[in-house]
Amino acid sequence: MDLNIIWFILIAVLFTGFFILEGFDYGVGILMIGKSQSERTQLIRAIGPVWDANEVWMITAGGASFAAFPHFYASMFSTFYLALFLMLLALIMRGVAFELRGKLDNSDWRNFWDGAIIFGSLVPALLWGVAMANLLHGLPIDSQMHYAGNFFDLLSPYALLAGIFFVLLFAFHGANFLSLRLADGRLLLDLQKKSRFLGISAWLAYLIFVVALVFETDVMSKFTGVIIFAAAMGVLSASWSFAREGKQKAAFITTTLTIAMTTVGLFVALYPRLMVSSLLPEWSLTIYNAASTPKTLFIMTIAAVIFLPVVLIYQSWTYKIFKERVQSIK
Amino acid sequence: MDALILSRLQFAITTVYHFLFVPVTLGLSIFVALLEMWYVQSGSYEERIKLKKLVKFFGTIFLINFAMGVVTGIVQEFHFGMNWSEYARFMGDIFGAPLALEALTAFFLESTFIGLWIFGWDKLSEKLHCLCIWIVAFGSNLSAFWILVANSFMQHPVGYEIEGGRAVMTSLFDLITNPYIFGEYTHAFFAGITTGGFLVIIVSAWKIATDEISREMFIHTLRRAVLFTFVGIIGVMGSGHLHTQYLASANPMKLSSIEALWETTDPAPFAIVADINQEQRRNDFEIAVPKLFSFMLYNSFSGEVKGINELQREAMEKYGAGNYIPDVKGLFWSFRIMVGTGGLLLGIVFVIGVIAFFLRDSIKKFLCYFKLMPLLLPLPFIANSVGWYIAEAGRQPWIVVSLQKTAQSISPNLTSWDVWATLIGFTAIYLFLAVLAVFAAVQFINRTTISEEE
Repeated sequence: MDLNIIWFILIAVLFTGFFILEGFDYGVGILMIGKSQSERTQLIRAIGPVWDANEVWMITAGGASFAAFPHFYASMFSTFYLALFLMLLALIMRGVAFELRGKLDNSDWRNFWDGAIIFGSLVPALLWGVAMANLLHGLPIDSQMHYAGNFFDLLSPYALLAGIFFVLLFAFHGANFLSLRLADGRLLLDLQKKSRFLGISAWLAYLIFVVALVFETDVMSKFTGVIIFAAAMGVLSASWSFAREGKQKAAFITTTLTIAMTTVGLFVALYPRLMVSSLLPEWSLTIYNAASTPKTLFIMTIAAVIFLPVVLIYQSWTYKIFKERVQSIK
Repeated sequence: MDALILSRLQFAITTVYHFLFVPVTLGLSIFVALLEMWYVQSGSYEERIKLKKLVKFFGTIFLINFAMGVVTGIVQEFHFGMNWSEYARFMGDIFGAPLALEALTAFFLESTFIGLWIFGWDKLSEKLHCLCIWIVAFGSNLSAFWILVANSFMQHPVGYEIEGGRAVMTSLFDLITNPYIFGEYTHAFFAGITTGGFLVIIVSAWKIATDEISREMFIHTLRRAVLFTFVGIIGVMGSGHLHTQYLASANPMKLSSIEALWETTDPAPFAIVADINQEQRRNDFEIAVPKLFSFMLYNSFSGEVKGINELQREAMEKYGAGNYIPDVKGLFWSFRIMVGTGGLLLGIVFVIGVIAFFLRDSIKKFLCYFKLMPLLLPLPFIANSVGWYIAEAGRQPWIVVSLQKTAQSISPNLTSWDVWATLIGFTAIYLFLAVLAVFAAVQFINRTTISEEE
């Protein structure tokens, strides 16, 4: 196995970590819709200690893409220019909101920042779905790896569908996370009710997404990819029934698995490409024509092998420290 | 305006804005960590209550600033690909590594332990909790190191070769031990100490003047912050001096542009003011101290310094026809503003130090001045911003000195409309957030008192 393949796997691992961890953070943000202010405070406290470190998974995925596959980083970020701008606005508002929300004892002030968190969770969830769908579907990338389309080419119905699927899956994942982290009985009951709806919606969206994948991409040429998606749908339906039965831990573990399998499935379907060109298959970015030199890949492999496990250790320690359920505040 | 100039403007605005918060994070994280150590070690019960409140007080200011720094930092990471894709392609093999290492070794540390620090007061032992903020401080300063490794390469490429039209890393060790990084990192680090410390000075002075209940405690922090900032300013000056001397060999064009020295001279004078005529490539008027520039560079009153015009001729021979002269006027005056502000800061901190340490008993006489001190707060931020202007405008027209020009590095798919939209968007949201964050911080500072009541 050469270093390019190792780095393809590592990038997939980083995106998987990102979607699992920020997945429930985004989900919690989305679930703040329609809640009272004191309930929203509890929801925020459930992710308060961890959201920032979870977001670093995305930043690391971006930085690692830059280091290992600079052309992929360059083409992806310039292609999604306006979409990423929107995402940045959302992430900026969300990040500041967590910090400033509680700084003034004023209900309008808090409402404003709660709106920022909802916006800042919904938009990135949607846009990451759009981005992943487009990478696999193919975009007008020319022989120089430059994007030859415009902003609206990114927003095809197929891509938007993937975005909606991500939003629903993350919302369901977030609900399962909250059911493990909250103590307020009324909120928990409400979550369980929502999970019923979210679970089936996410599953249906998944089904439509996979059908769309079959028609819109070459996913069928990779049998493993299809198998993984089918298995993920099976796990998701199990998660749905766990959530209904109140088996909170199992429900959360299974949505985690669903997200992991979906991300892996997408990368398997991509392999060995990173970004498909819809103009000519040969113009696609691959793990070879987009990569750094073996030397840089080798150095980065060593760094990742040393530091990623360390990160995992202290991050999981954090979850252990904050395992106690968030009490409702009077 | 085309996409190139708009992208440059956007990068300038977003980095300078980002770097309003970064130095505060670098310095204030260390200051808060020191305060918490004081709290952990303190034996008296009353003092402990007050000290804990003090740690949380400056911790809160730190956190507001930290959040602003984090979110504006994400923009910078995305920016290299969004607006400068050809730069990312050319430099990815080299630039990507420190950026990824920054995320792996520093961002994860900062973000994880800041969460533990904020929410861990009742869950961690005192010592462990204090360790968390030290780790945050370490992570922040480590992240500054990595990004400056990347920046130093752009200023002074080492450990690379050109292969297939792009720069390729030959040695990570050379990259990390780039002689350029020494001056750049120490300068940025001490600028952080200065900025963070000066912020504490201003806040303490304001509280001393306006909040009688808390006055006693803020005299303590004022004293500590004076010493802290003093170390910072001396460090900034020393590292700045050494770095400028180093520039004589590392980037003479930048150096001579900072001094608006058009013709090669031996010994070179130091111009205090000059009327710079960039088009005619000369100064129409200047007041200069003879021999001083040579002395500053070589510690001796003789020594040749190459002028901009000769360096331009050399650059043309080496890299082909073109204009290799940066914005001399902007660099010349930025440098003077930076050094002048630094000197002013030193004087201010000295005077405050005298009051805090030697005129402690008659401090009430100075309260009316202390009340005006927030007006001085912009000083270190101005110095930091013009400092970055010198660093980055001083390498133009290159994005990577001698290897790639800024004009070649822009994403080719961007239209000026794209960049107009994001430029306006970023600027608007940044102004909006600045107002809200400052408002929240000021409200917090004014309504929080440090008393013995629990």
